[in-house]
Amino acid sequence: MTLNGVLVANRGEIALRVVRACRELGIRAVAVYSDADASAAHVRMADDAVHLGRSAASKSYLDEDKVVEAARSAGVDAIHPGYGFLSERPSFAKAVESAGLTFVGPPSSVIATMGDKAAARALARRAGVPVVPGSDEVGSVDEALAAAEEVGYPVLIKASAGGGGRGIRPAGSADELRTVVAEAQREAASAFGSSAVYLERALQGPRHVEVQVLADTHGSVVHCFERECSLQRRRQKILEEAPAPGLDDRLRESLCSAAVDLAREVSYVGAGTVEFLVEGEEFYFIEMNTRIQVEHPITEWITGLDLVAEQLRIAGGAPLSVAQDDVTRRGASIEFRVNAEDPDQDFLPSPGTVEALELPGGPGVRVDTALMAGDVVPPFYDSLVAKLAVWAPTRDQALARGRRALAEYRVDGLPTTIGLHRRLLDHPAVVDGTYDITTLETWLAGGT
Amino acid sequence: MGSHTITSRTPGVFYHRPSPDAEPYVTQGASVSEGDTVGLVEVMKTFHEVKADAAGTVSKILVENEDEVTIGQDLVELET
Repeated sequence: MTLNGVLVANRGEIALRVVRACRELGIRAVAVYSDADASAAHVRMADDAVHLGRSAASKSYLDEDKVVEAARSAGVDAIHPGYGFLSERPSFAKAVESAGLTFVGPPSSVIATMGDKAAARALARRAGVPVVPGSDEVGSVDEALAAAEEVGYPVLIKASAGGGGRGIRPAGSADELRTVVAEAQREAASAFGSSAVYLERALQGPRHVEVQVLADTHGSVVHCFERECSLQRRRQKILEEAPAPGLDDRLRESLCSAAVDLAREVSYVGAGTVEFLVEGEEFYFIEMNTRIQVEHPITEWITGLDLVAEQLRIAGGAPLSVAQDDVTRRGASIEFRVNAEDPDQDFLPSPGTVEALELPGGPGVRVDTALMAGDVVPPFYDSLVAKLAVWAPTRDQALARGRRALAEYRVDGLPTTIGLHRRLLDHPAVVDGTYDITTLETWLAGGT
Repeated sequence: MGSHTITSRTPGVFYHRPSPDAEPYVTQGASVSEGDTVGLVEVMKTFHEVKADAAGTVSKILVENEDEVTIGQDLVELET
């Protein structure tokens, strides 16, 4: 069985990415759009498009019923959720399954398990994958204080139902913890609909390294090596690279095996990413993202795989196109996220009109964007407007290629993070590949 | 008595309340001081509080909850 038609339940560059993969595989691609996106590139390049509703995401891309109904009316047999929006909502995957359609991703039960932090940690322990020292869910301040004594300060208070770096608060001492736990519970209740929180030891300057996995419906699971994603601001990644610089082969092998073990334990299906914190020779599982990642192009660059095509093949019931031994890596790749934000104004979102646009090109350069000259960047959605990913045989050459490509890249009409990336590539820790998850924020705050 | 209009500093979606189940920040007839929050604008998944830039009594809320707003759009009218 292969898919005949896919509803692409997303917008922007990732919608376009999925549309492109569908077209190359001979699958009919149907876009969806809000009022604000009526003439967007992902709509123009799809075979068909269905209007969802008003511009606000809650009235369009986040409306589960409308998206399922769009798929029905378009006569497709599957829905690809992209990333963000409905991609990690178990209720949506369930609704897609109930409608007799194929969800391009894991079963709703797997999304539910991995989306529940405590359940995911328990599962990792069962799979023999190390987790950051932490507690079970805590219901009261006294329980939190007792748990923190065991875990060891400083701790992080995390919402069980949180994700994407949201719902996390630090506490360095018992006094701080007392105040923060109640706040964290209130915030978790209003943001995620559940006040459940747990504690984790706060590591001191770890690196964020994640492993890409692919799993089919026939029981095969492979990893596609790792990505280094430590350059983050407010827990949002801004630059990623593969392979992770300075990671020795033994540690790489352990990380990749752990990711495969975890995927097997949860009977994973599709493309997924297992995220770890790495400190010295130790690594700890933090979460699994049950969808395609923003930064998937760097893995595609170094492995030669087409991860979105693999997702679509897996959803159609086909076995993986590769066995583990066929997945090899070559060279180095770096991705720069281009966000419509003003780094000089504390990253204030900067919707607006693109007056002129010059994209970089040439050898080893890939730009994933749905933004064309004259387009309006609406205020309603994520600020990511493009991804520049470069590849070269060595990391030094990739850095040089990144500098060259960023110098070519011009967006007029609204501020973006392109200039920030140019400066970031001169940072000694970025040049040396010795940065950790504190590096970017320290640098932005005026430090080194 | 004069009147004063609070405008939006950014385009986005205007909210009357901090969260769907919460009470509205202000209602017609409420008195506000300078610096009080009178609404919320969501722009690119980030939330920005709309602050009263004058003191007064709310005479009219000019935008419906969850309506789309443009930069500089009138949001709340005060009697000062």
